[in-house]
Amino acid sequence: MSVPVITIAAPDWGIRFGHDAQRHPDLMLQTARLPDRVRIPLQQHIGSEARPLVQEGDRVLAGQPVGRMDVNRLGAHVHASLSGHVTRVGTALVPGRRNGLAVDIQSDGLDERWPGFAPHSQPLRLSTAALRKAVLDGGIVGLGGATFPAGIKLNRGGGVATLILNGAECEPVIRCDDALMCHYTEEMLLGAQIMLRILEADSCIIAIKQDMSSAISRVTTSLTQLADDRFQIALVPPVYPIGGEAQLIQLVTGREIPSGGLPWDSGAICQNVATAAAIATLLTKGEPMLSRIVTVTGDGVAAPANFVARIGTSIESLINAAGGYTQQSAGKLMMGGPMMGVELASNQLPVTKATNCIYVPGNQELTQKSDAVACIRCGDCAAVCPADLMPQLLLQAQATSDFDRLEQFGLSDCIECGCCDYVCPSRIPLTRQFIHAKQQRWQIALEKRRASKASARITARDARKQREALELEQALEQQTHNVTTAAGARSALEALLERTGADNSDDQS
Amino acid sequence: MAGIALAIGIGLAITGRRLSQNPDTPLEKLNALLPQTQCAQCGYPGCRPYAEAILSGEADINQCPPGGDATVTAIAKLLGKSAAAVNPAYGAYQPGRTAVIDEAACIGCTLCIDACPVDAIIGAHRYTHTVIRSECTGCELCISPCPVDCIDMVPLNTAARAA
Repeated sequence: MSVPVITIAAPDWGIRFGHDAQRHPDLMLQTARLPDRVRIPLQQHIGSEARPLVQEGDRVLAGQPVGRMDVNRLGAHVHASLSGHVTRVGTALVPGRRNGLAVDIQSDGLDERWPGFAPHSQPLRLSTAALRKAVLDGGIVGLGGATFPAGIKLNRGGGVATLILNGAECEPVIRCDDALMCHYTEEMLLGAQIMLRILEADSCIIAIKQDMSSAISRVTTSLTQLADDRFQIALVPPVYPIGGEAQLIQLVTGREIPSGGLPWDSGAICQNVATAAAIATLLTKGEPMLSRIVTVTGDGVAAPANFVARIGTSIESLINAAGGYTQQSAGKLMMGGPMMGVELASNQLPVTKATNCIYVPGNQELTQKSDAVACIRCGDCAAVCPADLMPQLLLQAQATSDFDRLEQFGLSDCIECGCCDYVCPSRIPLTRQFIHAKQQRWQIALEKRRASKASARITARDARKQREALELEQALEQQTHNVTTAAGARSALEALLERTGADNSDDQS
Repeated sequence: MAGIALAIGIGLAITGRRLSQNPDTPLEKLNALLPQTQCAQCGYPGCRPYAEAILSGEADINQCPPGGDATVTAIAKLLGKSAAAVNPAYGAYQPGRTAVIDEAACIGCTLCIDACPVDAIIGAHRYTHTVIRSECTGCELCISPCPVDCIDMVPLNTAARAA
């Protein structure tokens, strides 16, 4: 059976990076040495931090839950990635946030598995509810970088007809999804079948970039053997940021996600290829996310490669495994690619579920953003913007903190891809300002909520004060009445006698 | 006597209704822009009285330090006035702070509880008091009544980390 292949035409936005930016198209996949110790952050996902389940001194096994997410909150459970002893539970420097709770585990070298997750030889025979529960229990999150909890995303129930497997890795240097599609093809396809079952969806489109020739041939071969007619392959052009969820859904299905809408509003949901493989590994081997593939690359490392690394491995040890730093290293570390990556504060930070790439730029690769000059209104940024925004107008509104206009110009739809920065002839760091504006807007909303709460409390307090004043007045009134009228005085006296009498009898008894 | 109580009750009900907020009046719109710290740094006993004073032309729009320049700009936009910075004579903008009681030093006098405009301090006579951080507006009104000076203002994120 031949596999249906659709070729997607190039969009009118985005950036085509030259071959220069893709010097290491095929990276070896290596398995990193089992680390001596790991640091497992309790938040490796969008949402809130998981609650620690272990204490210093506890022995844990690989795959054992160490952090629990409360039901009904956005987040995912966190698991130990090897067996050993917990040496510390406390705040530490973690990637993506300044400080967070983390569990440090010293390996005992045995790599013993926790028996709590049962391996299934036929996971597709399990009920939808059991599959859903497994994905939640396994702490599976979206591995494309955004780490949205997969269990929550798959829990949409109905209305989703198409699953898009995102293998359109579009940042210029990242190669982890490419490696995954080549080496974990069967797991990925099984994971996709499981997700189709959970979603009750009837088609799956695997989006692969047109220049990933080995991945295309591996996936095509495996699909031919699998002979499942729900699958199609979509070859997407090598344009950045085509792997963005909204962009990919729009190009593949032709349906645009409305502004402010969610991906499944379009009838399709997008999951990263590695997320699919992680779900299959969880069910067939009984292993929650112990490891992930991390690309270590850039002119700053001697031997760029893809590593299967345990969660919690220190970034330093991966860089050593990649031959260490080179002379050209710019002394910077990024998590993610050159376009959207975040700079890391230290090489002691651990690999998390979100770490798709450690990018060590060389001196030549760094763009200087410090010498920005004024906007010349060329409109190049608007031409490349994948969200169809006009960054030059957003910038202007941001300069005057005009949040009404920022909203009107679609600040919320900015995906922070950095295309506008890349093409700006004035070298203006636009994306950074839009991220700042989003944070400011969040802060303003928070202050508004606090103000309305305070306002309600002061109203309640005023009402109480008035009521207390009234009660005091009434009590005084009553006493005045008691002492000024004979009847009142008599009843007050009776009440007094009754009270003291009762007290006396109490005393005698 | 009952008559008097009834009369006061009716009176309260009427004022209550008059005070109950119709969000479209100029006063409510203006009050909604203020930070509701009730800190009285503007020279008026709370945010609503300050809003009333602005509307009557008695007070200037730049007397609210907790609101910062953003609030002055928002008020100027609402009233069609020209924006200005917060008048430093009324105090400086210090964002995101909360009161913290040193519970070892607190003697349980309840003076701060009476001073708090948003009921964000709990405690009882001769028992240690504490600030409900999520409700504290950072108005500093509890600082001066404290006879043992055991209340400090700390930045919000520091307070959250210490908790």
